[in-house]
Amino acid sequence: MEPTSGQLMWMYETMILIREYEETMAKVYLEGKLPPEIQKGLAFDIGSGPVPGEMHLSAGQEPVAVGVCAHLRKEDTVVGTHRPHHFAIAKGVPLDRMTAEMFGKATGLSSGKGGHMHLFDPEHKFSCSGIVGASMPPACGAALASKKAGKDWVAVAFFGEGAANQGAFHESLNLAALWKLPVVFVCEDNKYGISVDKVHSTSIRSNADRAVAYGVPGIAVTRNDALEVFKAAGEAVARARSGGGPTLIEVKTDRYMGHFQGDAEVYRPKGEVGELRKSDPIPALGVVLRARGMLKEDKEAAVRQEAHERVTKAFEFARRSPYPEPAQALEHVFA
Amino acid sequence: MTTVRKLTMAQAIAEAIGQEMERDPKVFVMGEDIAGYGGIFGATGGLLQRFGEERIMDTPISETAFIGAATGAAAEGFRPIVELMFVDFFGVCMDQIYNHLAKNTYMSGGNVHLPVVLMTAIGGGYNDAAQHSQCLYSVFAHVPGLKVVVPSNAYDAKGLMIQAIRDDNPVMYFFHKGIMGLPWMAYLEGSSNDVPQEAYTVPFGEARIAREGKDVTIVSLSQMVQKALLAAAELQKEGISAEVIDLRTLVPLDVNAVVRSVTKTGRLLVADEDYLNFGLSGEIAALIAERLDTITLKSPVRRLGVPGVPIPYSRPLERFAIPQVKNIIDTCRGMMEKKLEKAA
Repeated sequence: MEPTSGQLMWMYETMILIREYEETMAKVYLEGKLPPEIQKGLAFDIGSGPVPGEMHLSAGQEPVAVGVCAHLRKEDTVVGTHRPHHFAIAKGVPLDRMTAEMFGKATGLSSGKGGHMHLFDPEHKFSCSGIVGASMPPACGAALASKKAGKDWVAVAFFGEGAANQGAFHESLNLAALWKLPVVFVCEDNKYGISVDKVHSTSIRSNADRAVAYGVPGIAVTRNDALEVFKAAGEAVARARSGGGPTLIEVKTDRYMGHFQGDAEVYRPKGEVGELRKSDPIPALGVVLRARGMLKEDKEAAVRQEAHERVTKAFEFARRSPYPEPAQALEHVFA
Repeated sequence: MTTVRKLTMAQAIAEAIGQEMERDPKVFVMGEDIAGYGGIFGATGGLLQRFGEERIMDTPISETAFIGAATGAAAEGFRPIVELMFVDFFGVCMDQIYNHLAKNTYMSGGNVHLPVVLMTAIGGGYNDAAQHSQCLYSVFAHVPGLKVVVPSNAYDAKGLMIQAIRDDNPVMYFFHKGIMGLPWMAYLEGSSNDVPQEAYTVPFGEARIAREGKDVTIVSLSQMVQKALLAAAELQKEGISAEVIDLRTLVPLDVNAVVRSVTKTGRLLVADEDYLNFGLSGEIAALIAERLDTITLKSPVRRLGVPGVPIPYSRPLERFAIPQVKNIIDTCRGMMEKKLEKAA
């Protein structure tokens, strides 16, 4: 399946937007967290600054989000991971309310209840979880609901290669295959489960091979490339939409930042990230667009400028929004 | 000559594990990121270099498998230590913990012994939201068959860990992130203290009087002990003398220490970071309620804990949900005023 010009441009613009967002967040996240503003003896304080708590950024993993979401409609469901920004942005979650949520503001998606690992946007049918492997069962549920309602909507579960060793992965694949659910399982293999290399956590090379055990198609995307992901996901989404059941895709992708911001990354070989960045998927797609005459110099600049403006506006919105009242902590336990 | 150094709680725990591994070849450690990384919260720092990957084993993210494997290996005579990275993650492996690890000794009529230490990180205060900030030790104390250890400082942490490893039963060992002394998270400094170099044990079921007082008893544990001590110092300035009890272990529970102190002061505040409802604070209150024939209270029992809500992300919301030093001070003050009203 070949992407249309519109899809190509959307993937490029969205990858640039995601990268701009993550790089901005990496900077803002450090505000107030470094000496001398914090407790004596500390190198960093995770709980300080305008955006506290853990922060898992997805720079480098953009192709997975855009290659899959390029095939989705608003009615399709996406369930993401603890590293969720690229999925959320690609699914159309509004940047301002998403950012405000990470600032813990009243204008956030969840009025400050959730934070960065727990983004909920029912309007755009996006959610995520801080628990490894937790995306797959609810994606099966959304797919089941679609089937029961007689719709051709699909559900996508994103998860990391580490999550493929959770029971939830195996149970969900079996369930989805058994009930022929319109769900696409997309594994992001960024090599590391926090610090543990895939070769030390997983008994086989490619999780796509595990599809055989459940009688579903498995596709291994071996390059961190938006077009490759687009192709594999196109096949999988079309199969799901037409009643053909689930597909398991594993994408070899790259994490440019730490597991969380502040991670000393002692487990990475020196220079690894520099090497990975040499095959950055964003300029790679730019080359394709230019070859098609779709990306003249002024267009490139306009795309980057627009991404910068959108992200800047979202962060400004978050900063100037008010915090919730403390006693609002008591609200929303029940419907 | 005993060498005593000031250690963080993380250093004390790692030292305890290392010393027991040297003493007993049956001890080994399994968990996520516990080898090269030294544990996300530093509880196994430096152990891989000393003991190698045969005994310091990184695992896949497969808690059901490796915690269940600890039960199986323990039944064969080993003494595994396993780390569940955050207690909040118990949801993916609770069956292996509470239906097997906790019950097999009993169901086997005492014929199976499971010397497993399951250590895990607890607590909030750094805005990590509802899935990474809970305490939940009450859940594990509620289930029969698990000893429950909740240290508040480095000295106790080392002695309790050695005691846990030598115990022939499953022990759940909870360390609060906000007292581990991590270089990347603010912590309450009272938790770093003098720790002897040689191995020693702190027995289970013996609470510690962290501060003596005569007006009000604050029963506490883990990081909340450090908060209670800060509150007690403030209260002293107002002439209120608070006694702070550090429970140290919930199973077994030092009932006498609580009863003795409340008999003396006539006032009980339970300061807890776990959920308020149906948990530790209610249990401690009940101990006193059951003894009102011999204990005379000067104020109703008071409890602080997380009200029935998940831990919210946003800073002002989290501060509201988790009891702070100020809440302890205000509550104690209120309890003293109660007495004045009656006297008047």
